[in-house]
Amino acid sequence: MWSYAFKRAGTTAVTLLAASIIIFAFIHIVPGDPIYVLLGDTATPDQIDALRHQLGLDQPIILQYLTWAGHVLEGDLGRSIFFQAPVLSVIADGAETSTLLATMTMIWVAVIGVPIGMIAAVRHGTWLDQGLSGGAMLMASIPTFWVGLYLILIFAAWLGWFPSSGYPSIFEGGVVNLRYLVLPSLALAAPNAALILRLTRASMLDVSREDYVRTARAKGIRPWQVVRRHIWRNALLAVVSAFGFTFAALLSEAVVTETVFALPGIGRLVVQSILRRDYPVIQGVILVIVVVYLLINLIVDLSYRLLDPRVELQ
Amino acid sequence: MSSNSVTLWLRPFTARPIALAGLGVLVATVLAAVFAPWLSPYDPYAIDPLIRLTPPNVTHWFGTDQFGRDTLSRTIHSSRMALLIGSGVVVFALATGVPAGVLSALFPRLGHLLMRMVDVLMAFPTLLLALGLIVILSPSVGTVILAIGLGYMTTTTRIVYGLTLRLRAETYVEASRSMGAGTAWLISRHILPNLVSPLLVQASFVFAFAQLGAASLDFLGLGAPPDIPSWGNMLAESRTFITRAPWLLFFPGMMIVATAFSLNLVGDALRDRLDPRFRQVFGEKG
Repeated sequence: MWSYAFKRAGTTAVTLLAASIIIFAFIHIVPGDPIYVLLGDTATPDQIDALRHQLGLDQPIILQYLTWAGHVLEGDLGRSIFFQAPVLSVIADGAETSTLLATMTMIWVAVIGVPIGMIAAVRHGTWLDQGLSGGAMLMASIPTFWVGLYLILIFAAWLGWFPSSGYPSIFEGGVVNLRYLVLPSLALAAPNAALILRLTRASMLDVSREDYVRTARAKGIRPWQVVRRHIWRNALLAVVSAFGFTFAALLSEAVVTETVFALPGIGRLVVQSILRRDYPVIQGVILVIVVVYLLINLIVDLSYRLLDPRVELQ
Repeated sequence: MSSNSVTLWLRPFTARPIALAGLGVLVATVLAAVFAPWLSPYDPYAIDPLIRLTPPNVTHWFGTDQFGRDTLSRTIHSSRMALLIGSGVVVFALATGVPAGVLSALFPRLGHLLMRMVDVLMAFPTLLLALGLIVILSPSVGTVILAIGLGYMTTTTRIVYGLTLRLRAETYVEASRSMGAGTAWLISRHILPNLVSPLLVQASFVFAFAQLGAASLDFLGLGAPPDIPSWGNMLAESRTFITRAPWLLFFPGMMIVATAFSLNLVGDALRDRLDPRFRQVFGEKG
C-alpha cells in the first residue's frame, strides 16, 4: 500500500510540476507585454524598467520560473491589477461561496442521483428503468445556465420562494443565507446527478452479474437482502470514487452557475478577471483549481485502494 | 456504401424508436442550417423597434427580441453556428487524437511521452482549459473551436490509445505483422477500419458536449462574437428580459437541449451495438 501511495503521489507531483510550467508560461503568452498589463498605459519608461527589474523579468526564463515557483510555494501568487491586492486573498474571498456551493451541490447529487440510480438498476429492463435512464440522459443534455435561468424565473421571480442572485456570507447573516445557494446548487446538480445516476445504475448492474450474486440468490436469500448486502456494498466503490471526481470538476463547472446567479465565488472571479484582463488573478485561480483537482484525484485513488484491497493499479 | 452496409448502420436505430427520433432531429437541424435563408420568414438581423419584445403570435411564431428581431429566424440561423462549432470540434479532436492515440499505441516510447502529456493537459478541467485559451487567442469562432476541442483532443487520444492497444494484441494483427507487414499497412488495413465504429460513437458524444460547451462560452460572453446569431448568444441577450419575455429563453434553449439530447441518444444507440471489448473503453456499461 505504502509503495503504491508514494508512487501515486510521485506521479501527481510530476504532473503538477508540468502543469505549473504551463500555468507559468500563460502570463508570458498572453497578448501584450506583462509590464504594460501590470502598470497600465500611463507608465513612464523609468517605472517600466524598475518593475521589470523588480519582477525579475530581465532574468533568464528558467530563473524566472524558479523565482515564481518559489513565491507560489510561499503562498505568494502575485498581485491583482484590478483589486490592487494579493491574488491569494482575492481568491480566498471567493472560497467560502465556491466551497459551500460545491458542497450543497454534492448533497443534491447524492440525494437524487444515487437512490434513483439504484431503483433503475433493481428494475433493470423495465419501462421504469428506461424512463429514469432516458430522463438522466436528458438532464445531462441541458445547459446548467438554462436550468438556472428557469429556476430564477419560476422560484425567484414568479413564486418568490428564493432570492434570485447574490450571496451574503453566512458569517455575517447566519445560516439562513444558505437559501441564496439553493437554486444555484440545484442547477449545478442537475447534470451531475444525472451522471451519478447512470454510474450507480451501471455499477450495480455490473456487480449483479458476478458469480457471488448468483450464489447468494441460489441460496435463497431474499432479493432485497441480495441487493443491499451483496450488490450495493460492492457497487458503492465506483460511486464513491465518482463523487470525488465530480466534486473536483464542480470547481470549474461552477464558473457558469456563479455567473448566472451573480455569486461572489471563484468561478465568477475568473470570468470577470478575463473581461478585465486581470491576468495574475486568472493565473492564480487556474493554479489553485488545478492543485485542488489533482489532490482530490489523488485522495480518491488512494482511498479506492484502501477501501478495496482487490484493486491492483499499476 | 452498399445497401447492405446501410441497413447495418441503421440497425441500432430501428431497434430503438427514440434513437431514431434523435436521428430525425439531427437531420432536421442540418436541413435547417443548410436552408436557413429560405426557411426563415424574416431577415434575422432586421431591427424593428416598434415590435420589440412581442410575444409569439401569428406573424412572429417565436415572438421578437429586444430589438424587434424575429426569434424564429434567429433560431433557424443559429443552427449554422451550432453545426459549424460542433463539427469543427469533432474534426479537431479526431484529427489530433487519432494519430496521437494510434502512434502512441504502436510506438511505446513515444506513447509513454504523449500519454504523460495527455495526463498533464487532463489536470486542467475542460472549461478552465477553454477559458485559458480564450484569454490568449483573439475572440473568434476558430478560437471557440480550438478552446473546446483541446479538452476533447485528450479524451479522444486516450480512447484511441486504448482501442489500438487492444487491436494490436489481436491474432490477425500479429499474423499480419509476422508475415512482414509494415506499420503503414497495419494502420491502414487493420487498425483504422476497426476504429471507425467506436470513433463514430466518440464523435456523437463530443459533438453533444461541444454544443453545451459552446453555449456556455457564448453565455459568458466569451464565445462566438455577439453579432453572430447563436443559441448561446440569444440566451445571453435574453437574460435581462427573462420576466418580461420568457419566450426568448425558451426557444434557443430547447434547440440546444434537443440537439445535445439527440446526439447523446444516437451515441448511446451506436455504443450498445459496439463490440463488447470496445465498449469498456468508453467507461459506461450496462
